[in-house]
Amino acid sequence: MKLIEDANKEALKRILEAEPKLLDVIPAREAIKGLKERMILHSGPPITWDRMCGPMRGAVAGAIVFEGWAPDLASAEKLAADGGIKFHPNHHFDAVGPMTGMTTVSMPVFVVENARFGNRAYCAINEGLGKVMRFGGNDETVLARLRWLRDVFGPEMSKTLRLLGSVELKSIVARGLSMGDELHQRNVACSSVFLREVAPALARVSTDKEVLAECLGFIAKNDQFFLNIAMAMAKTMTDPAKGIRGSTVVTAMCRNGTEFGVRVSGTGDRWFTAPVEMPEGLYFPGYSEKDANPDMGDSAIVETVGLGGFAMAASPAVAGFVGAGSPSSAANFTKAMGEITVSQNSEWTIAAMDFAGVPTGIDVRLVVETGLQPTINTGIAHREPGVGQVGAGVVKAPMGCFTQAVRAIAKDLGVS
Amino acid sequence: MAELEESPAAQLLKADVKVVNVGLEGFVKDLEDCGIGVVHLDWVPPAGGDPEMAALLAKLGV
Repeated sequence: MKLIEDANKEALKRILEAEPKLLDVIPAREAIKGLKERMILHSGPPITWDRMCGPMRGAVAGAIVFEGWAPDLASAEKLAADGGIKFHPNHHFDAVGPMTGMTTVSMPVFVVENARFGNRAYCAINEGLGKVMRFGGNDETVLARLRWLRDVFGPEMSKTLRLLGSVELKSIVARGLSMGDELHQRNVACSSVFLREVAPALARVSTDKEVLAECLGFIAKNDQFFLNIAMAMAKTMTDPAKGIRGSTVVTAMCRNGTEFGVRVSGTGDRWFTAPVEMPEGLYFPGYSEKDANPDMGDSAIVETVGLGGFAMAASPAVAGFVGAGSPSSAANFTKAMGEITVSQNSEWTIAAMDFAGVPTGIDVRLVVETGLQPTINTGIAHREPGVGQVGAGVVKAPMGCFTQAVRAIAKDLGVS
Repeated sequence: MAELEESPAAQLLKADVKVVNVGLEGFVKDLEDCGIGVVHLDWVPPAGGDPEMAALLAKLGV
């Protein structure tokens, strides 16, 4: 259908022409218009407290205590249950967040701007591995780290980025892909390249050697540091493609631990939701699938631009880490995702596939036609609040989201 | 009976059998266990076999 093909070409053009740059790290209240006290932005499509999963509730309670809206976790849960907190998806405020995706007023956020279209997106700073709020952690160690990010690391990064002017992100991703990252469950190369780019400026703006060492060490020890920057980058790339009539290209995929949500260009800000699926993967010692929470996080925005599970061929090591099969089978995932996408990104290539571009532009028609669900590489959270990450794996986007989207586009175009 | 023995199908089975298996992968191992050469074609019906959805997709240009 020519209208759809033309609309999809336009959507792809806008995604591929993006020029994402990291500009700053500032408190969310300054960056995100409309974000107020006693408001929490979460991952995934809209959800109410009564339907939130365990780790999401744990993170919410921790975020409330962190902001000083309640003195302890029990009071925080009561405040949330009694309707004292307004909940909204990150995506409704130009933001994204991994796993539980907590964003509140005083959390520092990365500010990424797409210079080609002028739009911005925001994401909080990655806390590191282990017991962290994004996996539902909420004890004093978690809150102390968040306070350090707010009071020390955030301001130091802000001064650093303002000295640099901006950090161009597409080239870092391109280099990371050639160094074994797929940008979802492996970000060690991009994090290292990013550290090389900012370290001299960080040293210049820092007035305290100990603070400098702490900041450098925080980035250096966190292999997933770049993930949150990549997520904000990806959102700046897909947002300009929203609202093109007839386009069947996906502009967002996300999960809140209860439901999976998909947005499609031709239907604007409408969510197509279905129950989220359980990840299949490998577990840390002492944990098993019995401990696992269903999939969650806005991080599937990286798959939406052709990274993560779509770029598995660039990262054979990740295939083993997430329990997706042998390293030699990694390319099969990327080839399969090529069946459901309308193009490739020639700026992000995979050496192991003769420098083919990552498959980009998920077409809901092709997902339904082929039965190939988008593959997402993901971390696995414990199902109980306050525990944290217990493994990593692969999850499929539910087919129900895509069949609903196909029907909605058909209805909009008067096709039955 | 004579006609059946002369049929192309019967002739086929007199030579080494080589199989292209389409769809259900479970048959592959059974054939391999019998020493038969087999190539698997990963295939599923369009739109998961839903004729209404397949027709809609055809109208939408897939």
